[in-house]
Amino acid sequence: MSNQHQAARIRAWSTPIILALALLAFVVLTTALGDKSMARMAAQTLIRVTFVVGLWIFVGNSGVVSFGHAGFMAIGAYASAWLTLKPQTKALFLPDLWPWLAQAEWPVLPAAIAGGFLAATVALISGAAILRLSGIAASIATFAFLAIVNTIYSNWEGVTGATSSVVGLARYADQWVTLGWAVAAIFVAAFYANSASGLALRATREDEVAARASGVSMYRHRVLAMTISGFFTGVSGALLGHSLGVLNPGSFYLGITFITLAMLVVGGIGSLSGAVTGVVALSLLIEALVRMERGIEIGTTEFALPSGAQEILIGVVMILVLIIRPGGLTGGREFQLGRRRAEPKQQTATNRGVTT
Amino acid sequence: MGTVAQLFFDAVSLGGIYAMAALGIALIFGVMNLVNFAHGEYIAFCVFALIVPSTDAVAVMFLGKAPALVLIPALLILGALMAMTSEYVVFRHFRRADPVAMMIASFALGFVIQNGLLAIYGSRPKAISLWPSLNTPIHVAGADVPLLQLIVIIATLLVVSGLALLLKKTRIGLEMRAAAENFTMARMLGVRANVVITGAFALSGALAAAVAMIMVTQTGVADVRMGGSIMLVAFIATVIGGMGSLPGAVAAGFLIGAVSVLLQAFLPLDARPFRDAFLYTLVIVCLLLRPQGLFASPNSKPRV
Repeated sequence: MSNQHQAARIRAWSTPIILALALLAFVVLTTALGDKSMARMAAQTLIRVTFVVGLWIFVGNSGVVSFGHAGFMAIGAYASAWLTLKPQTKALFLPDLWPWLAQAEWPVLPAAIAGGFLAATVALISGAAILRLSGIAASIATFAFLAIVNTIYSNWEGVTGATSSVVGLARYADQWVTLGWAVAAIFVAAFYANSASGLALRATREDEVAARASGVSMYRHRVLAMTISGFFTGVSGALLGHSLGVLNPGSFYLGITFITLAMLVVGGIGSLSGAVTGVVALSLLIEALVRMERGIEIGTTEFALPSGAQEILIGVVMILVLIIRPGGLTGGREFQLGRRRAEPKQQTATNRGVTT
Repeated sequence: MGTVAQLFFDAVSLGGIYAMAALGIALIFGVMNLVNFAHGEYIAFCVFALIVPSTDAVAVMFLGKAPALVLIPALLILGALMAMTSEYVVFRHFRRADPVAMMIASFALGFVIQNGLLAIYGSRPKAISLWPSLNTPIHVAGADVPLLQLIVIIATLLVVSGLALLLKKTRIGLEMRAAAENFTMARMLGVRANVVITGAFALSGALAAAVAMIMVTQTGVADVRMGGSIMLVAFIATVIGGMGSLPGAVAAGFLIGAVSVLLQAFLPLDARPFRDAFLYTLVIVCLLLRPQGLFASPNSKPRV
């Protein structure tokens, strides 16, 4: 028996390795074959991988849909901007920052980590309150949390620049940096999912009452998952800021909430592989649609999608996936090596194989 | 005295809008456990149905040109049709799905409608004047009250009592209440699920149209994003009211209207831009104290 357990453990660890290799292949391919805009697309995709994997740590394991994670993203992004911007810029655009923060000029990596920690702290505090609720009430409360963060960041004139954008962030987050963070997020997510706490949390997802009867404290595991999840979503926010060079509270609101949830659902909310698959699949689809909106030539006739078609199609794809394949593209399974024979053979192809 | 009356009218009319929007969401949640995130977009859709499709900044009236006697029923029917269509096209396929999948599907549907409107009308907010004469203030109890506020209050009362009558006195109303109580049991006793659900969507869409007319008259702006904020408040009202409880949704709508008017009036000037943050914090506190909602029925806890 113990051998079987060990084998299952090793198989479980093959998942993050496969995912990391697939992402590495994705970056190498886009960098080698594509132009600059392809590289930018790859970086954006990997930032979303970091975010969605972070989101999955909470949503996938607990089964509670959170609309609030874009708020953690905003918190991480602004924290990193406060720490890395030049003091002169801050004195000009963000005059009300606390003195030590106004003087701070941190290197980018500690700043990103600090952004993650701030987001994790907020996640811990807000989670401790919100996660006493369950089901739909908890989801709505996370939505209220998102609205709170958005209201604060859109109005705190001297500290966040309110609705005018914060500019001048160092644009260091290229595809390699973001690959590093995405892989880190994947490994931590796999580690958490296979830890005692992750297993207990998934038990509460499957059956709340049975789990409680077996002595699982749902609340404690949910708060822990929310905190880890907050860290990586915060970091992804910092990366987004340092990839675009511009921050605006509006970019951390309903739009990103929708698209990341769409990715999670399309890929399959039940598994880590699903989270990554969904991001890569939808990012490629979006990129293809954006290019089609700009117009492509087929033979001699130029063919262009009307603008706005991309968003509409993403929404339609999401609804169709929910109807046709409620478990998402991966159906809640993981990519693993060496499946047991009893189970149907499962493809271990890299996740780009499923984009069509 | 005057300011108190003013505050009262502000609170009740704002609460009335919230209550109507919350009713639209609670109706659907009651019958099919669907948290309908597309509701805000129904409202935006009805607003934009008033004007000619174009991306210009100045809105040209389309449906809005019609006299009120034609316009009001037409828009109510349009809202109902919109909601029924979305039920037929999307939600009918989710009869056996779990509530989370439906919630996300409705989120996606809202996104599709919003971007459809964006593609047709452009992203710039448009000035639009529907019945501008309703904004002229009249004197009531020492306060200057725009006629519209009075109309909103009266309309809310009419809608709520009409709905109550419909639910208590008609067959479809009885079926809806039965379905809200226990859907499976109701079906076994011969309630036609599709009729009840379609009916709930029609009512919900009509309520969205009513909210749309009031909002347009009040603000004079048509904005693609206008559905989002009212939808959030309406959701919160439904949750605080106890999911699926119609009287609870109305009461919580009025409560949120009152609290936000009071916060606006009594917060220190520096904190006023953060009013919504205070409001939502109160909401979370309220949920923590009463997770089942303020007006939940005792048997609303899921049975094991």
